[in-house]
Amino acid sequence: MLNEKFIRVMYIDLETEKIRIEQRADLMPYLGGVGVASKLFLENLKPELDPLDEQQPIVFAIGAGSYIYPVLTKTVAMFVSPLTGELGESYAAGRLSMALTMAGYDAIVITGKAKKHSYLSISTNNVAVRDARAMWGLTVNETGRTIRDRESYLGHAAGKRSIVTIGPAGEKGVAYASATVDTYRHFGRMGLGACMGSKNLKAISVYGNRSIPILSHKQYLKVYQQIYKKCTTTDNMAKYHDAGTPINVIPLNKAGGLPTMNLHSGTFGPADKISGEAFAQKNLVRKMSCTGCPVGCIHIGMYRREFDKGHEYEAISVGYDFELIFALGTFLGIGSTDEIIALINEVEEFGLDAMSTGVSLGWATDALEHGFISMEDTVEKLQFGNFDGYMKAIEHLAFGTNLFYRTLGKGSRHASSIYGGEDFAMQIAGVEMAGYHTGYGALVGAAVGARHSHLDNGGYSLDQGADEFDEDTYVEKLFSEEYERCMTNSLIMCLFARKIYDKETILTALNSIGWSLTGDDLTAIGKRIYRTKLQIKKALGFQQRGVKLPKRFFQTPSMNGLLDEDVAAMMIRKYSKKADELLNEGAE
Amino acid sequence: MPKILRSKEMNKCLGCFTCMNVCAAINRKNHSLVKSAIRVRTTGGMSSDFIAVVCLGCLEPACMEVCPSHALERRQGGGVVLVSEKCIGCRLCEQNCIMGAVIFDEETQKPIICHHCGACSRYCPHDCLQMMEAEEVLAYVK
Repeated sequence: MLNEKFIRVMYIDLETEKIRIEQRADLMPYLGGVGVASKLFLENLKPELDPLDEQQPIVFAIGAGSYIYPVLTKTVAMFVSPLTGELGESYAAGRLSMALTMAGYDAIVITGKAKKHSYLSISTNNVAVRDARAMWGLTVNETGRTIRDRESYLGHAAGKRSIVTIGPAGEKGVAYASATVDTYRHFGRMGLGACMGSKNLKAISVYGNRSIPILSHKQYLKVYQQIYKKCTTTDNMAKYHDAGTPINVIPLNKAGGLPTMNLHSGTFGPADKISGEAFAQKNLVRKMSCTGCPVGCIHIGMYRREFDKGHEYEAISVGYDFELIFALGTFLGIGSTDEIIALINEVEEFGLDAMSTGVSLGWATDALEHGFISMEDTVEKLQFGNFDGYMKAIEHLAFGTNLFYRTLGKGSRHASSIYGGEDFAMQIAGVEMAGYHTGYGALVGAAVGARHSHLDNGGYSLDQGADEFDEDTYVEKLFSEEYERCMTNSLIMCLFARKIYDKETILTALNSIGWSLTGDDLTAIGKRIYRTKLQIKKALGFQQRGVKLPKRFFQTPSMNGLLDEDVAAMMIRKYSKKADELLNEGAE
Repeated sequence: MPKILRSKEMNKCLGCFTCMNVCAAINRKNHSLVKSAIRVRTTGGMSSDFIAVVCLGCLEPACMEVCPSHALERRQGGGVVLVSEKCIGCRLCEQNCIMGAVIFDEETQKPIICHHCGACSRYCPHDCLQMMEAEEVLAYVK
């Protein structure tokens, strides 16, 4: 906790509605964020029970520098993923880390199941499980609005509050249901939404107003100013603000690494129609920031939809990013910015992870075409480019309207194990792929990564870097990046700021607020956390060597050419050996 | 010449709260947003507009007029200066500020009064806030 030598943890049992506060000095070696969350998760985890069992914990944690330094904006959530059955880990920013800092909780451990549909109201001086029965079934935005009004008694709460909400998909237990934070940000991946739903927990509202004195005023301001300057005056962050992450569409397409139509190809014909530039020209209406970030990477796109004849229009606006354009655009053969915005809006309202939704529907499209499933299953005509079909399918998925959609709602790995077509279910260890068919870095990186995300170890940037491919070097780099990111995810830094926060900057920042750490300490912290995550994965029965990669990854050329299944398997084995060594180093 | 804070271009606001963060840090040596003299908020959820509630540096300050203990004194160029030792914490300034720009510090039991130092505008990454010559603002108000 800021200015203290302990981590302040709040345990909430939804069933008994009892809370417990612990101030844990023993968690300091884990720094904060994902470090603290991993330890708490490991302590409270029930490996023998189902992912959605009410006794499973959901852990939220903020980092060691949350909100008080620029771009340290993220909150981490850990849970047993209903999508993979193992470690669920997801990050979201918005205002949540600020609100938790202001409320005075470094971490929250939620267990049990509320007796009725409820939401949690957390503030500096109170925690309450409140009635949310009438909110069950409401969309994400409807829920957000309702809670804002319900919690208006907090007075000047506006601006100092954060609301985490699930939609119908989370209530129905869709394995990749997301939890939305403050309208535009998400704990998107791995199914936190379903975990909250299984606890009868529709939303969490956090409001804080405590005073947090600055202990080394001069020093802090000096460091803050330096970091702020780096964020706003160097070109490290400019691209995220300018056209934003969708600027990747064109170069990745040119290079042949943009997954298209269920990875039939690495290039999308009309890519220029859905590029960052196209969105900026046609749809961009606003840019926004998470609290404490001067960059402003959130791009809000709008389009005018005719909802009825007789000039009846409405404005649909959503946040858009590269990954969404890939998953609901190129991967489904959708080549219109307006249609992509409409699809994003649909997953937003129902509370689904856009990436897993798009990639699962990509598999369903192929499976339908190749006769693994029929129109009786899909109800809608799923065909690459058929916007209307996908719009309706998203609703089927969220509400689980028939057996097929309920099966697909457990993920493409599960669905393909039932219906067939596993070779083209584009998931890695159960998690639907990200928008990078760039090479071994992306593929192996996701296979071995703790949460099977492209962000675990940044393999995709390895592929796009200048280095020649070399099996051993790649494995080495993926491994070190994985534990380095465990450390930065303890701050918790938005990954866009990874060039701002070099090790020296991190040390200066932390040591100005009461830590006394060295570079070696940071490395040790990273490894300590990674080992804890490996312990969690082991407890949940995950085996890196057991990951089976779908054939299509090796049939469609990546941006670095055709990939060889044996090379990927060898890299996974080599990585796995390193991970085992770390795991067996034992507790320090 | 004295300057006055204005928030003329809130249409550009990203909602990053850097202004509040630095106001509290520089002027109150505190990380908490509740210590900031400038308050940025939405008008109804994140999809609505951001507004900044700031002291406009009134020439006829209502806050000063109602202060029973003369703890608020006229600031050169507009607005008021708090003489902390004279303040009894009655909250009348907070209640009477027409813009709702006086924030009461529950911890110190004194109002937080903007002294138009310009830190918020210096750190605003999107040029939403301006420090304007008091004379210029004055001419407009008159």
